[in-house]
Parts: sequence; C-alpha cells; structure tokens
Amino acid sequence: MARTAWIEMLFPPLVALLVALVAGDLLILAYGQNPAAVWHLLVDGTWGNFYGIGQVLYKATTLCFTGLSVAIALRAGLFNVGAEGQLAAGGFGAGLAGLLLPATMPWFFAFMLMFLAAALCGSAVAAVPGVLKARFGAHEVIATIMMNFMVLALLNYLVAAHLHTPETLHTQSIASGLVPRLSVLLPVFHGSAANWLIVLAILAALLVGVVLFASRFGFELRAVGLQVGAAENAGISVGSTWIRAMLLAGALAGLGGLNFVLGYKGFYEDGFAGGAGFLGIAVALVGRNHPLGVVISALCFATLSQGGLAIHALVPKQMVEVLQALVILAVAMAVPEVRTRLARSVRGKP
Amino acid sequence: MRALLVLVAVLLSVHVGLLLLRPAGSSEQVGHGPRVGIVFDMGGRGDKSFNDGAYVGAMRAVAQLGAQVRFVEPGEGSDREAGLRLLAAEGMDLVLGVGFIFSDDLMELAVEYPQTAFAGIDFAVPTGNDGKPVTLPKNLAALKFREEQGSYLMGALAALSSPNKKIGFVGGMDTPLIHKFEVGYKAGAKRVCPECEVVIQYAGVTPEAFRNPGKGKELGLSQYQHGVDIIYHAAGSTGLGVFEAARAMKKRAIGVDSDQWAEAPGVVMTSMVKQVDTVVYEAVAQVKAKQFSGGMHQFGLAEGGVGYVYDDHNRGDIDPQVRKQVEELKALIIAGQIAVPSERR
Repeated sequence: MARTAWIEMLFPPLVALLVALVAGDLLILAYGQNPAAVWHLLVDGTWGNFYGIGQVLYKATTLCFTGLSVAIALRAGLFNVGAEGQLAAGGFGAGLAGLLLPATMPWFFAFMLMFLAAALCGSAVAAVPGVLKARFGAHEVIATIMMNFMVLALLNYLVAAHLHTPETLHTQSIASGLVPRLSVLLPVFHGSAANWLIVLAILAALLVGVVLFASRFGFELRAVGLQVGAAENAGISVGSTWIRAMLLAGALAGLGGLNFVLGYKGFYEDGFAGGAGFLGIAVALVGRNHPLGVVISALCFATLSQGGLAIHALVPKQMVEVLQALVILAVAMAVPEVRTRLARSVRGKP
Repeated sequence: MRALLVLVAVLLSVHVGLLLLRPAGSSEQVGHGPRVGIVFDMGGRGDKSFNDGAYVGAMRAVAQLGAQVRFVEPGEGSDREAGLRLLAAEGMDLVLGVGFIFSDDLMELAVEYPQTAFAGIDFAVPTGNDGKPVTLPKNLAALKFREEQGSYLMGALAALSSPNKKIGFVGGMDTPLIHKFEVGYKAGAKRVCPECEVVIQYAGVTPEAFRNPGKGKELGLSQYQHGVDIIYHAAGSTGLGVFEAARAMKKRAIGVDSDQWAEAPGVVMTSMVKQVDTVVYEAVAQVKAKQFSGGMHQFGLAEGGVGYVYDDHNRGDIDPQVRKQVEELKALIIAGQIAVPSERR
C-alpha cells in the first residue's frame, strides 16, 4: 500500500513537468533556439550559483506568503483574487509605520510594530470582501478584484502625490527595524536580495498547517469550504468563518510586503508587488492548497521568474511568461488526468 | 499503471530528442566592438518613445560600432537590480539603465563593479544629507536631457504661429520633470511675444496622468474653446487625447519625446524630440574609444540631445518666417546667449 501512496504522489507532478518541458522545447525550437542551451541557462542562472539561489529564495519568500493567503481562503471556499492589493497594502503599512517610528527605537520593537502594521493593513483590505460576502452574499471574486483596483490606485496617489522622495516613486528610507540579508551571515549569497524573512515565511507555512489541520477553527474552515450547507447544519457559523478566513488571508499576503520593504530596499516603492499577488493564485493551486505544497510551488515559480532573466540572452521575455503559463496548464490538465488513471489501475488490480 | 510508465518514457525520450535539435542560426552573432547590456524600464519595448529610442540607438551601435548588445526587460521591482547585476557580472563594458527608476540600483552597482561603465538615462541624482547632490562614482554617467531648451523653441514657434496670441500647455503628472517643459515653453513664448497668453494645465498628480487620453481630450477641448490656437503636450499617451481635441476643433498641437506627426497628420505641426537613440549611441561610442567619463552629462540643443522635427511631412505646417526666427533662437541658446530656465520661480 505504501508503494501505491508513493506512486500517487510522484506520478502526477512528474507527468506534468514532462508535458511542460516538451511543450517548452517545441516553443523554443519554434523561436529558432536550441532547447538544451536555454534550459542550461535557466538552471545556471538560478540554482547554478549562490547568487541565483539567493534571488530564487527572495522571490519565493513573497510568493510563499501570497500563496498561503490564497490557499487558506480557498480552503474556506473563497477565491481570494485580492492578494495583490493586500500585499501592496501590507508593504505600504510597514513602510509608513517605518517612517513614523523614531530612528532610535530598538530594532525589536520597530520590527514588531511594522510587522503588525503590515498584517493589519493586509487584513483590513481583505476584511471588506469578507464582510460583504458574509453579510450580503456579494461574490468575493468581484469584491477582491475591485479592492485591488481601489487599493493600488490609492497607494499610487499617496506615494506619487505626498510621500515620495523627489524624482522617485518611493518613500524615505526606514531607519530602524530592517531585516538583514542572508549574506550578512552567509557571504556566499552576496548581492542577492534573500533575507531572513524567509524564516518567517517558513514559520507562516507551519502555522497555517497547524491552524488548518490541528485546530478547531481550521476544522470549521475546511468544513465550510467543503460543504457550506452541511457545515451550517453542524452548527458552524459560516459568515464568521468566512470573515476570519479572509482576515487571516489578508494578514498573510500583507506580511509578504515585508520582504521587499524591510528585507530588500528599506522603503516602500509604488508598484513593488508587480504581480506576486496574482501569481500567488497559481502557487496555491499548483501547491494543492497545502502549506508544504505552497512552499514547494513557490520555489518552482520563483525559479521560473529568476530563470526568465537569465534566459533573456536567447529568448524574449514574453517567452518566459508563456513557459510559466505552460507549467500551470500542464499541472491543471495532467495532474487530474493522471490521478484518475492511477485510481483506475489500482482498482483494476485488487 | 503500465500505460503511465510508457507515457513517462515516451515523454522523456521526446524531450531528450528535442534537446539535441539545434536550429540553424541559433548561435549568437559575435561582433568585436564593446559589449553592452541594456535594462529597459517597466514599460518595455514598444512604447514608441523612451525604451524604443534606446533600442534604436543600440541597434545603430551594433551596425556601426560592432557592439554586442544584450537586452533585459525586468518584471517586478527586484528584477531591475538583478538585471543590471546579471549584465555587470557577465563582464559587459557598458551597462545602461533606461529611466530614472534605475538611479538607486545604478549607484549601488557602480561602486561594486568599478571596472564596468554604467549609465542611466534620465538619472535622478540623489541629494545627500547636506542637501547638495551627491558625487557620482567615476564609472557612472548620469545622462540627462535639457527638455527646457527644446520646449523653449516650441513655445516660440507656437506663439509666432498663433493668430489669437493664445497658446496652451498640457502636462501629464505635475512633477519637477514636467515643469521643465512648462517653464521652457512659457519662456520661449514670452521671448517672441510678451503679450501672448500661455494657458497651463496638468492632467493629474499620479503616473496615471501620463496614460489618460480621455482627460487629455477634455483639457484640450476646453483650452481650444477658450481661444487657444496651439497646444504643446508633455503628457505621454494623455497627449493623444489632446491631438483628438485638436482634430475635432480643427486646431493644431505639438508632440513630444518622439516624432508624433503620424499620430495626427496635419494636426501635429511638429514635435519636440528627445534623442534617446543618439545619447545611447554616443555612450557606446565613448566606451569603444575608451573615453567614457562618469558624472553628470546634460544633453541640450548644442549636443543634439533635444530638438524639433522639421522634415518633408511638416514643412508645409510651419511658416518659413517662423522657422527662421526659431532657428535664430536655437543658435542663440547654443551660443549661450539665452539662458533657458528649468525650474518654476
């Protein structure tokens, strides 16, 4: 039986990967390049040296947070398309708190306050769709998309019109509470943006795992996600579960903003989110809404994103985006197909 | 089960087979000139302005200087530095960032890679704690344009061509960079026609103000209805709305950054052009001749960094007398006899 479990875990992603690779090969050939050369550049620019690894880890940190955000909402049956706005709001909250705090404040307090600011801002943005859904039944997809537009436009205005330093689109640098880079302790990562917030990302994944699978709230959340009517009949308050799930999702996405603001640049910059919130949807779906799966798929998407810069020498940027989409498609198609075939073959041989 | 194993085996062998294919012409062409890396701004290729200008200049350097050029189009924030770093680490002779947004990253990398030449277009020189601009590293060139000089000529040209003695300006985002266009334009108009009225309006205070043709049309229509004859815009695609208004009102407009005649033939009498391509080409040429020098470089009329369009398309739109006067002003600016203001007083 153990063997079947392994096969069931191993096969679907393997087939998906191979499908994506073959489709990528064809695409690269169609563009007139040698696939081996392109893949080699991609691996070389990501996992081939410590700088590349550091960049992948940095990008994976943000994606891990947004992926967890989407995943936990999906577990409650809510499709959180608003991670982008929540991420930006979290980063802005941290950046603004950092500006207001006195420079002499001890690191720990400054960091904790900015941490709270990021989580609260993310939560606040996510709370609106949550409440609208719970109280009025407004569809969360529409509400989260609209919140994205409003939040991004508002932040853009605040920074561009009031908070920016001259001739830039970012705020003043934060004085205290910044998170050091990995290269401070591990010089091999020199130059890369990877920082110790990656530890926070892993802790967040663990916490989400504990909450989902070992707490009463997590049980209720999953029950609501699986079957609203049944959960309601069992005495679970559906509305409050939805709101709490969105608050948690927003806080997670908001904390992702710390990675850029505290871990990399030390200031809030307009547009820093750059699609990491939307990519969180793919991260969560490919990771099957499981915290461990999210961590792994965040690393995969970060690799593709960083690798995209590296293979620029041979193929255009749009090609990388198409490759990324191919991976998502392959996972979406190949995984269920392989799963049913496996189930059939297992059933066929008792 | 067996079917799946076969599937995996087939996919794997197809993949390995494809890896061996090497399409003709896939090896990179190798020149002997300087190796140049260019990182584009977020807008990327196809903006018909800034990034495309840099691309044209780079391609000319490939053709005429034998330069080997690599381009990077960044995705999100950390990709800017990563792109520059990638190129610097590859040992490029010149690494170029297109747009003010690269300023911080270029400063950092220029210190880290002292052997590599760095250049930033529209580079924003940061101010230190003492309120003065900081000294740039020796291997970093800040390439800035004197938009106010080109705008000065546009102001003179518009004022001389306006029967009502009333001309307009539509800016995009209300920032010091766009104020350069505004004050130059106004000064030029007042020089040739002190009694002329210059109407100045902005589309907004956020970057969205550069992408809002609807707002541009609204501002344009209201100015034309109030008797303005010619509007000069410095507003990105918002300016396309100004052209729209001019077409509807049968008035005229002046384009910006690149030659915008084709956007509205007969309506766009000329355009103030920023020669990003020339500046990029020159930077590569300097590196090739080992004459690259860091610090601030301003490109005005004298250096050919800014100018205006006068060719077969629009020759009929500009009165020869007006053209003559504008050319005289141009000569005076180049000779240093006219100092064009660049800031609001």
